[in-house]
Amino acid sequence: MARAISTRRKLAFTAIGWLVGLVIFFPILWTVLTSFKTEGEAIASPPHFLFFDWTLQNYFEVQSRSNYFKHMWNSVVISFGSTFIGLAIAIPAAWAMAFSPTKRTKDIMMWMLSTKMLPSVGVLVPIYLLFRDWGLLDTRLGLVIVLTMINLPIIVWMLYTYFKEIPGEILEASRMDGASLAKEIIYVLTPMAVPGIASTLLLNIILAWNEAFWTLNLSAANAAPLSAFIASYSSPEGLFWAKLSAASTLAIAPILILGWFSQRQLVRGLTFGAVK
Amino acid sequence: MRMKSLMLGACSVIAMAGFAQAETLTIATVNNGDMVRMQKLAGDFTEKNPDIDLQWVTLEENVLRQRVTTDIATKGGQYDIMTIGTYEVPIWAKQGWLLPLDKLVSDANYDVDDLLPPIRSGLTYEDKLYAAPFYGESSFTMYRKDLFEKAGLTMPDAPTWDFIADAARKLTDKGSEMYGICLRGKAGWGENMALLTAMSNSFGARWFDMDWKPQFDQPEWKETLEYYVNLMKDAGPPGASSNGFNENLALFQTGKCAMWIDATVAASFVSDPGESQVADKVGFALAPDKGLGKRGNWLWAWTLAIPAGSQKTEAAEKFINWATSKDYLKLVASKDGWLNVPPGTRTSLYENPEYLKVAPFAKMTLDSINSADPTKPTVKPVPYVGVQFVAIPEFQGLGTAVGQQFSAALAGQTTVDQALKNAQQLSEREMMKGGYIK
Repeated sequence: MARAISTRRKLAFTAIGWLVGLVIFFPILWTVLTSFKTEGEAIASPPHFLFFDWTLQNYFEVQSRSNYFKHMWNSVVISFGSTFIGLAIAIPAAWAMAFSPTKRTKDIMMWMLSTKMLPSVGVLVPIYLLFRDWGLLDTRLGLVIVLTMINLPIIVWMLYTYFKEIPGEILEASRMDGASLAKEIIYVLTPMAVPGIASTLLLNIILAWNEAFWTLNLSAANAAPLSAFIASYSSPEGLFWAKLSAASTLAIAPILILGWFSQRQLVRGLTFGAVK
Repeated sequence: MRMKSLMLGACSVIAMAGFAQAETLTIATVNNGDMVRMQKLAGDFTEKNPDIDLQWVTLEENVLRQRVTTDIATKGGQYDIMTIGTYEVPIWAKQGWLLPLDKLVSDANYDVDDLLPPIRSGLTYEDKLYAAPFYGESSFTMYRKDLFEKAGLTMPDAPTWDFIADAARKLTDKGSEMYGICLRGKAGWGENMALLTAMSNSFGARWFDMDWKPQFDQPEWKETLEYYVNLMKDAGPPGASSNGFNENLALFQTGKCAMWIDATVAASFVSDPGESQVADKVGFALAPDKGLGKRGNWLWAWTLAIPAGSQKTEAAEKFINWATSKDYLKLVASKDGWLNVPPGTRTSLYENPEYLKVAPFAKMTLDSINSADPTKPTVKPVPYVGVQFVAIPEFQGLGTAVGQQFSAALAGQTTVDQALKNAQQLSEREMMKGGYIK
């Protein structure tokens, strides 16, 4: 009897889970479906869900008008580059704050986070002027630098919380065995924090991949990543939903696939230490 | 002998210089049909000018506006040619951000006098042309001939607002999702305020008097807004306060609107049988008036301009010459047909029998453009340039803030009187901050 109830309950929870999942996923699904419609079909009301003339025309048109692979390569360089540089800076920083805190550590953490509280547009002109003078406008290097800066507080915060979970005694033990500081971080701390580092890495790649303010404003033709590719398909005059959907689908596909393959890593990392 | 070698040397220097000049132009543009076509046809230009490479940055209109404004204000030099609207040209020219297109004006082949006078005057600052029009548009009335016939109504070529209101109410049948009129309601200086500002001109209203004092407390604005809100309540589609150009286009194309007053560029969309279910049933008329001498139509052009400080002025001017020339129109016609030629820039296009044959809306478009005067947009005198906008830098923000008030009045969240009162306060504050009034 008890078993029957729990099965029914399980079924109900599964159904709710699927429903919530579907609701969350629906906008992406709709974008993908729309990308296979004609422009006329895309605005049809009531909309057709699956029964329409599927077409690849939008994808051909998008590819004929812009160079998708160039934008994608820019996105890859910018998001991976900024995340790896960010990690290289943040791992020692988070180590220092987690294992040898001072009475100012909390304030420093807060101060780092406070840089995220200013609206980006507030510093657009100063950064634009600096980039102009340093010749960094419309370069991938410039975008890597700016995205590293932007995501650094998040990386430090995430790593700090993961490192806090690691008992300091283990590090002390390695020190007793004569490990140098570098060896301690590389051979002892990092392997233990792999799930945390991996999820930080993934989350930041996704954040950098989707970043649209700085990547749009500091790029023109050469360094423009996929955000600029999407922005070129929206139009205030004329129908564009189907082509825009095709461009969006192409833009999110690589990161979606990456997320798919690494979702176990991601979930483990994000809930790391949440349940005791 | 010596002379010969000198000549030879000179020739090779010139040839070398020719090679060295091979340069890349970065062109910022918007994602509108005519611009996309220009990009596709640009091979013609690079064939004729093998020493110039083209590189395109296409962005959505608002993103582009923000992007190029940042760049030009900081002299970032990212673009050699910018696509800007008639709103920016006088402001940026005054700031010294744009180069005057003197070579274009003096080129007999380009024939600058062929440009439509209202468009040209909107792009001229202190007698110099600062941008070349790529395509121009006004607004007019599109209506369903079949529905008008069925209801026993005849649309005059130059309707009045009273006629439009009567007809719209008669043609509305909300039960079967048939709405008499579709108008913009989405807040924004280029959205609902384009329609309402142009409309208010025909009602005798104006944004500012000659002393830059806001005029929303005047009866003309009240009449405009009351007319608009009441008409949309009786004969408009539900949720009109979130409808912009594309939403109304979709409604009209699927046969849900009997009338739609919007950009002339919509004509080719609603007459395209591939997109529109009502393609063969659409008629065109001028934007309505109130008998005061001004019609409720706007004037806009997308133009190409060169930012001051560009290092590649000569090549940029060559490209602008190519893209806005008579030959470009012929090139488009030979590849995609006359119907797809960018409209609204040249008088000669409207005298071309081949174009007139395929474009039933050509005459109405021309008449609409010619009836708009950006330098004298209103019944009473005003200190500003611009038909559906006020060409001052503050207008983008102010126009959108006022647009939100009017959109709220349309949605029924506030009354017409309250919306006007708020608009007046917002404008007074903004004008005081800008130092226009004390």
